[in-house]
Amino acid sequence: MKLTTLIFVFSATLGSCMAQQSDVSIKTPDGFTTTTVAANFGRVRHIAMNSNGDLYMKLERLSKGCGIVRLRDTNKDGVMDDTLSFGNYVGTGIAIKNGYLYASNNSSVFRYPLNNSKLGIDTAGVQRIVTGLWDKRQHNSKSIALDNAGNIYVNIGAPSNVCQEQDRQRKSKGRTPCPILDSAGGIWQFKVDKLNQSYADGIRYATGIRNCVGLDWNNEVNELFVTVHGRDELYQSYPEYYDQKSGAELPSETMYMVKKGDDCGWPYVHWDHLQNKKILNPEFGGDRVKTGADNAISPLVGFPGHLAPNALLIYSGNQFPAKYKNGAFIAFHGSWNRSPEPQEGFYVVFVPMKNGKPTGKWEVFANGFAGMETVVNLSAAKHRPCGLAQGADGSLYVSDDSKGYVWKISYKN
Amino acid sequence: MKKMIISVILVAGIAAILQSQSTSTSSKARGKEVYARYCLTCHQADGGGVPRMNPPLTQTEYVNGNKQRLIGIVLNGMNIPLEINGDSYENPMASHAFLKDQQIADVLTYVRSSFGNKSTAITAEEVKAVRAKNK
Repeated sequence: MKLTTLIFVFSATLGSCMAQQSDVSIKTPDGFTTTTVAANFGRVRHIAMNSNGDLYMKLERLSKGCGIVRLRDTNKDGVMDDTLSFGNYVGTGIAIKNGYLYASNNSSVFRYPLNNSKLGIDTAGVQRIVTGLWDKRQHNSKSIALDNAGNIYVNIGAPSNVCQEQDRQRKSKGRTPCPILDSAGGIWQFKVDKLNQSYADGIRYATGIRNCVGLDWNNEVNELFVTVHGRDELYQSYPEYYDQKSGAELPSETMYMVKKGDDCGWPYVHWDHLQNKKILNPEFGGDRVKTGADNAISPLVGFPGHLAPNALLIYSGNQFPAKYKNGAFIAFHGSWNRSPEPQEGFYVVFVPMKNGKPTGKWEVFANGFAGMETVVNLSAAKHRPCGLAQGADGSLYVSDDSKGYVWKISYKN
Repeated sequence: MKKMIISVILVAGIAAILQSQSTSTSSKARGKEVYARYCLTCHQADGGGVPRMNPPLTQTEYVNGNKQRLIGIVLNGMNIPLEINGDSYENPMASHAFLKDQQIADVLTYVRSSFGNKSTAITAEEVKAVRAKNK
């Protein structure tokens, strides 16, 4: 791929970073306030905050040829007033670590040196550090996270629902062993400072992960945490075991702590939070009762089905009350395949944690993004939470890939 | 006698038109049931689809254009890059060749005349012809 970097300085036609009125009302616990810091930037997937207050957004659809937008509040009046666009590729992943901005498209990862120049970033100094990862359309977004030892973790989603002989074909059997797992369905680890790494240069860090869109490094326990999208179509394919309601509720969406070498069990099993068990998938002989994959680890939390956990952020700030420290915020994109039951999700959830383990039940932290009480058809939802970032001051930022909004949630004593 | 013949032809003609309309209406009604069972989860009750994943069935040539191509998608499934109105859609669609010709005709008639679409009906004969060529 020939890489060209485009820089546009332009008027606010792409999106708007003037003081914003949100078109929805975001509900949060007492003491928190929500302001809109960006609107109408299109498909804003993941976001990252630099320590100087710059907000970087990764776009899934190019805008004026660019896939990354940097917003800045130049006069520190609380309004993002300066826009820089660059990077001629669409994608999901974006993160900042040790003076570099990392961003992904659906097969590669790039990085850019951050600096104190007027722009704040050296867009011409772009380096491609990872390339050639599977992009077979389904589940192709590459989310990224970085540890404190010079490694980057990249999600390679499985281009499949449940590794059937014929994907998504009713009653098509599952494949044992699943050949996809050699190249996808897991998290791969690469070095942050080596160019053009691919499969041979990386390590399959964890496997049996169908599609992890949210991942973050937990600095309290120095381990990787991931949120995983569970399989689709239990009710549609196996009405003899799952009715409309249980097919909407199952399988669980999950949050795991994954260590090197861990297996989360896909495609052979799914997590069932009603039974707290790894249930064998019907494509592999399951009947909603039989368990399987004894070697696989169990999740820390099982959420209701199909909510689509698209971003994970382990909160390390000091602005929010003490209970939030080291806990997990999860942005749920909102379901589609709970249909014909109503959809669910479209909110940010909080899981209290200490030493990397949940200390209580998960709760909805920020809600109202969909702009309506009940979403029946997905197209009716006004916004879909997709990315999370933590500001240097401890504020939480939430992005939306439906209309391209970013909200800032702060706590006031 | 002439008058009578004309009358008979007229009555027969009106009856034929009424019957064809009623066939089309009942085809659409049956198609709605097929849609609910096999299509609704991915394409949603309003035909709006799912961004990035399952394409919408509204305002697209794939639905309102060439009938043979549309019938072919249902019979063969689809897993090629698909862009509609600037957005790409990534999930594969499985083959639905297990549906009967009449069921496919019904569901496509429903889709082509719902969600704001105003395209013509599709008949079981048209499905049969595409299926025969497919083999």
